[in-house]
Amino acid sequence: MTTFIKANFKVSYPNFNFDVDLQLPASGITVVFGPSGSGKTTLLRCLAGFEKSGRLEIAGEIWQDKNKFLPPNERAIGMVFQESRLFPHLKVRENLLYGYKRTPAESRKLHLDGVARVLALENLLNRGIEKLSGGEKQRVALGRALLTTPKLLLMDEPLAALDTQRKVEIIPFIRKIEQELSIPIIYVTHSMSEVLQLVDTMVILKGGKVMKSGPVEKVFSDIHLRDAIGDEHSGAILDTTVLEHDKEFGITRLDFMGQELSVPLQSIEPGKGLRVHIHSKDVSLATQPPEGLTSVLNILRTNVKKIGKNVGYSVDIELDAGRPLLATITRKSLSNLNLQPGQSIYALIKAIRMVHENANL
Amino acid sequence: MDLHSLDYGPIWLTLQLATVTMMILLIIGTPIAWWLANTCSKIRVGIEAVVALPLVLPPTVLGFYLLIMLGPNGWIGGPVQTLTGSPLSFTFTGLVFASTLYSLPFVVQPLQSNFESIGRAPIETASSLGASRWDAFFSVILPLSRRGYLTATVLGFAHTLGEFGVVLMVGGNIPGKTKVISIEIYDRVEVMEYAQAHLLSAVLLLFSFLVLVMVYSINKKLPVNVS
Repeated sequence: MTTFIKANFKVSYPNFNFDVDLQLPASGITVVFGPSGSGKTTLLRCLAGFEKSGRLEIAGEIWQDKNKFLPPNERAIGMVFQESRLFPHLKVRENLLYGYKRTPAESRKLHLDGVARVLALENLLNRGIEKLSGGEKQRVALGRALLTTPKLLLMDEPLAALDTQRKVEIIPFIRKIEQELSIPIIYVTHSMSEVLQLVDTMVILKGGKVMKSGPVEKVFSDIHLRDAIGDEHSGAILDTTVLEHDKEFGITRLDFMGQELSVPLQSIEPGKGLRVHIHSKDVSLATQPPEGLTSVLNILRTNVKKIGKNVGYSVDIELDAGRPLLATITRKSLSNLNLQPGQSIYALIKAIRMVHENANL
Repeated sequence: MDLHSLDYGPIWLTLQLATVTMMILLIIGTPIAWWLANTCSKIRVGIEAVVALPLVLPPTVLGFYLLIMLGPNGWIGGPVQTLTGSPLSFTFTGLVFASTLYSLPFVVQPLQSNFESIGRAPIETASSLGASRWDAFFSVILPLSRRGYLTATVLGFAHTLGEFGVVLMVGGNIPGKTKVISIEIYDRVEVMEYAQAHLLSAVLLLFSFLVLVMVYSINKKLPVNVS
């Protein structure tokens, strides 16, 4: 990981102190996740230059510190907002070219034709803004930001205002931008589904502070993060590879670091990557592989890594399955099993809740 | 009523005064309104109150202070007299100055609420796309403010057309220089020439009515700018 962004921001509002110190990679999608009011948008505003405070270094270049402040219009940053913020007095083409015209000719690397093709905007160019659907508006906003040839793309909950169908329509474009145009993206969201589909690096914010940042599988299954991620999301993210499809039983078999998992039938070619989300509540533990028959299809050999603090009558156990995996068990079970760090244990996975194609793998 | 006997001088002068005043008001009203809409400064309320004063002050009070200020011993009129040889009171320039102050709230307030309703988002979006502040203002804010400017222009223009007290105090009643319609009407009534007063009043009434109808119909056709 080449460090691309070194950011240190301190902003004080009445009732809210924002104080972060972050180093982020030069590639891929960094998802900033956290509850409302955690400072996600403030982070983007600082990066974009809308808040004057702290220090920011991008690719070795200082953008702001005590003596220097690069104004937003001089930063090579593209920004996409939750509400598309297209200019209603301009047509699609003029909206797309607004930033392009204001980018010095020698810095322009992306052009209207190319961006319109990648984002499938060719047929919309002469339309007025009011005639666009929500999804189309966001694609135009994305294209408009890209046409300034940004070094970094900031996206502030760009899909939050769209229905599920439109979201599905846009997510591949975001992946495509990151891969085909190699522009690093910082993506703010509170939607777990977006996190799973997009994230490479994850930053978790809470109350204006960074709780944790790093590669997603490490960050996500940290047992101390339950509060920030929320009970319903607490669990692990595993990147797997599709092995084969069993059409008769409607099952797709996956390879996870030499072990096997089964999920409901997927429409993804064997060999492709699939990212799965396993909720900690869906993981039971057994000191021996279940003898005889069991209805649980997915059993992983793991080691106990860490035993978390009690949450009511439950406790989170961090397991090492090659990648971190989380299990939530009762305190009673913990005492019955007499778990110790380092002990080998079988994880019985009752359900794999969310499954997403991950083109990165 | 006889249109030929109508003295067009005051009408012409009134239109000139309102046009010049309006142009000045748009130029100085825009930055004031923009500042008021965007600032968090503590002196904001003070400035807002000053801008709104002409709404509540009797025109004669405003006129009285202006008369003193613009007169040969006033702190504006005095220096002007040393420079040009004559003070500002009882001149067309003096009238423009007075009208500008008097109609200021009618221009600043609609513009301010227009800028407030547009918010910071468009200007931040434009600057994230590489536009400087001025560029963003002219390429985004101004086109989005058509309704606001239309309202401000009409209110300011119409208000200047109809003013009486301030003009009388500052400009007096000099034909061709400071005698505007409203004062002419007053004069005619004083000397019992009701026919002329009727005619002029009808012209002003009809004109004001038509302008307002025009504004409301344009306003209806302009798009409401929500992106």
